[in-house]
Amino acid sequence: MRADYELFTAETQAFIYGEQLRAAQRMLDFDYLCRRAKPSVAALITPERGGFEKLFWGTKEIRIPRVRSLTEAAAHFPEADVLVNFASQRSAYDVTVEALEIPTIRTIAVIAEGIPERQSRRMAALAKAKGKWIIGPATVGGVKAGCFKIGNAAGTMENIREAKLFRPGSVGFVSVSGGLSNEAYNIVARATDGLNEGIAIGGDAYPGSTLLDHLLRFEKNPAIKLLVCLGEVGGTKEYEIAEAVKAGRITKPLVMWVSGTCAKVLPGQVQFGHAGARADSAAETADAKNAALREAGVIVPDSFDDYGLRIKETYERLVKAGTIVPAAEVTPPNIPLDYAQARAEGLVRRPTNFISTICDERGDIHNYCGVPIDRVIEEKYGIGGVIGLLWFKKDIPPYAREFIDIVLQIIADHGPAVSGAHNTIVAARAGKDLISSLVSGILTIGPRFGGAVNGAAEHFLYGLRNGLSPRQFVDEMKKRNVRIQGIGHRLHSLENPDARVELMKAFARKHFRKTPLLDYALAVEQVTTQKKGNLILNVDGCIGVLLVDLLTELRFSDEEIDEMIRAGLFNAFFVLGRSIGLIGHYFDQVRLDQDLYRHPLDDILYDVPKAPEKVG
Amino acid sequence: MAQKGIREYDAKRMLARAIGEYSGGRFAFDDRLVLVTPETDFGRLEKDHPWLRTERLVVKPDQLFGKRGKNNLLLLDADLEAAVAWIAERMGKEVTIEGARGKTTGVLTHFLIEPFVPHDAEYYLAFTSSRDADTIHFSPQGGVDIESVWDTVVSIDVPVLADPAKVEVLSKLPNVPDKETVAAFVQALYRIYVDYHFTYLEFNPIAFSRGRLLPLDTVAKLDDTAAFQCADKWGPIEFPRPFGRPMTKEEAYVETLDAKTGASLKLTLLNPDGRVWLLVAGGGASVIYADTVVDLGFGGELANYGEYSGDPSTELTYEYTKTLLDLMTRRPDPHGRPKYLLIGGGIANFTDVAKTFTGIIQALEEYKDKLRKNHVKIYVRRGGPNYKEGLENMRRLGERIGVPLEVYGPETHMTRIVSLALEEAQR
Repeated sequence: MRADYELFTAETQAFIYGEQLRAAQRMLDFDYLCRRAKPSVAALITPERGGFEKLFWGTKEIRIPRVRSLTEAAAHFPEADVLVNFASQRSAYDVTVEALEIPTIRTIAVIAEGIPERQSRRMAALAKAKGKWIIGPATVGGVKAGCFKIGNAAGTMENIREAKLFRPGSVGFVSVSGGLSNEAYNIVARATDGLNEGIAIGGDAYPGSTLLDHLLRFEKNPAIKLLVCLGEVGGTKEYEIAEAVKAGRITKPLVMWVSGTCAKVLPGQVQFGHAGARADSAAETADAKNAALREAGVIVPDSFDDYGLRIKETYERLVKAGTIVPAAEVTPPNIPLDYAQARAEGLVRRPTNFISTICDERGDIHNYCGVPIDRVIEEKYGIGGVIGLLWFKKDIPPYAREFIDIVLQIIADHGPAVSGAHNTIVAARAGKDLISSLVSGILTIGPRFGGAVNGAAEHFLYGLRNGLSPRQFVDEMKKRNVRIQGIGHRLHSLENPDARVELMKAFARKHFRKTPLLDYALAVEQVTTQKKGNLILNVDGCIGVLLVDLLTELRFSDEEIDEMIRAGLFNAFFVLGRSIGLIGHYFDQVRLDQDLYRHPLDDILYDVPKAPEKVG
Repeated sequence: MAQKGIREYDAKRMLARAIGEYSGGRFAFDDRLVLVTPETDFGRLEKDHPWLRTERLVVKPDQLFGKRGKNNLLLLDADLEAAVAWIAERMGKEVTIEGARGKTTGVLTHFLIEPFVPHDAEYYLAFTSSRDADTIHFSPQGGVDIESVWDTVVSIDVPVLADPAKVEVLSKLPNVPDKETVAAFVQALYRIYVDYHFTYLEFNPIAFSRGRLLPLDTVAKLDDTAAFQCADKWGPIEFPRPFGRPMTKEEAYVETLDAKTGASLKLTLLNPDGRVWLLVAGGGASVIYADTVVDLGFGGELANYGEYSGDPSTELTYEYTKTLLDLMTRRPDPHGRPKYLLIGGGIANFTDVAKTFTGIIQALEEYKDKLRKNHVKIYVRRGGPNYKEGLENMRRLGERIGVPLEVYGPETHMTRIVSLALEEAQR
């Protein structure tokens, strides 16, 4: 059974309120270092999420439940009697009041800074009325050596190891400041057999529990033999300590210092870091408080510089008198370094599983192939320029960006009857969502639909690079029984040209220095159209050859261009451009609220045998 | 930082807006108030506030200090011309105020103008807060130094958990005319005090005239952490700096650095000719370093108070250090004695010490010539994550820039570098 003066034991279980996984992990690491039997975190209270969280217990991972409300958590884990309340300044009060109403919760550490004083005073009064403890607000918490640690108290595992907090010593320490608690634990560890318990009450004007409250608790605890306290300018609570010493309510030796003696040389009313650290009257000055404590019999050093010495002397006196039997040294288990920390310190390395060479989203502003996104916008890269960066990894000139823009605009749609749009429309009418309908259309893009861009580039390049005359090229393809990709149109002919093709040709002639592959393809067209008037260079073919001409002009090597063809990069223009149209068809159908499509039966030839052929 | 003084203008404006609602329409305050600042255009003033022309006026500085009558900074029963002339004569002037805590010197920049109200009686009324209770103080003798008549003050404690609407005031008030009205009024004001998160509200005096209470001199503090609840109630509000010396250029610069970040950077210049300069990490530690300089008898040599904490970026630490080094090396000590720079701090919880030292080291490197010229000696003490690397970097810096530099870690008591430096200084 836990005594009244013990807030924490090696069995203490706590709830953590708020999304504070690092604090939870630090508590578990501390538990492990102390060789606790069970983790000190019973559950995380996270109103947004239930389920569980995986955290480390030494090298192993364990599951810590996530619960959406404090009341629910308390019902599930009645043995947990501590709440580490990480709720924000705005909600910390409500969470604390809720916790005070729950019978199984006895101690609440309130971490948030900037809680209104009226709320802090109410929390303190409510806790007092219910015989419960509040540590904070505006505190890092505290630590019970070898037993339990509140949230982020005591800093890194290295600090905890250095200050030997993994096993209890004889000193009870309480301070206002949490920032200095590590320093104090270090002083205590060097001067004595170590800390038994350390609490930072927080720097606000109205902490839920006071320096005196904790000193009286330490006074009752037989394991604590020496009291050490660090007060602050502002308020008058230190006088109560002097009174308690005089009245014999504190009998154990107390070494104490009140900081802020420099206030007398500072101009006017200097507010130190803590809300409570401000002297409103002579009685609240550090000098007056140190004098009163000294007079009451408290061991007060002449300056902070002697603080460690006074603690050491007092400790040695107690050992000599036999009051303290120095705590035995123990060796704590190792806690593996977290990977992130070890990597930061250059202690580990591992091969990566992924590589990205086109963009980097880390840092202040993400970049496309090294160009920060704000520059992309300011310098008007446009879709064409962005494709240059992300597809080709090149900063392409404005005319190339414009050409890509033209290609995409031309490709964007080709009516509802083509297979891609048709599929999208059928899927949309079947009630499928945007992605399903779009994908249904895109999936038809391939060798027969839209795939000709890539194929045309490949075919004409083959002819040109191998020095085949247009006639030889046509003959060879015919001999191999291969249809030349990018040749042929349903309607258009040399006499009735496709406006889209003419547009691209005109742009290229105006802006490209040379167009060797286009010229070759047009020579081939002269041959094919002799055979049949509509065997012209079509849109796909024109895009394919002009993209090759563009890339050649931008000084891409033959190998690079071949690689792009192999990867299907030229078809990517079709996929990207046509997606615009497919999405349009999807929205069109949704807006029109079109019903499920069913193909008319008279449009299907039914030719089913009477009975299947039997085999085997 | 919780309790913050506000201007009398803001306090009265706020109360005038609230008192009707909190008294069920029974009371009202005059909300005719004008705050004059260096930017005020007197021509517009009269147009916006025609009453300035028709009323007799009271004028006083509104800069968080009291005892304005005693310090000859109160103009009573004046017309607009006299008021404007009185302000013009004082605006931008430096004055020294004799207050409860000694003398303070500062520049006058804000004045309050209100109608002058002839009245019969002057009472004292104040609301204060302590850990367990709020206290309502009332005395039928106002307008005097209240400490001198404290035995006439009636104090009513209201426990923290009590309902502010059910506070019994009437039976506890001393006998004054129209006692019931006074009690109802006090109660309404107390409810405002609670709901508006005041932490201090004093009227000395509050006048009683023709069945109405009128606040004359008002001192108020708000809990600025309650802003998230009270933004609408307070309206636009300013928390001015306490009256006193205006900030130096360097202090103001550090304040702008501080405002840029979630980290904390503070600088108060105490004595530019002092020989002990502090560059200390952490709010708590910085106070203790300053304490120790003072406690060891070198308060007169302490050049600054300041701190950096909350993991400021390398750039901010660099800027902060440069500002300090610039002040420190403007001119060598006239007697050729060394100056001491204490780069101190406790054992950090999570801050990477080596990382925060990077900005400091950059600045020291930049100032190496000036540091040598000023005979600066540097003492470093710090602990926490990655401190060994940080200290080693400092040690190497000392060798590189040829400035005497001693380095200590957590094995040395936090303030030991103070006594080491001061022992050196005494030799």
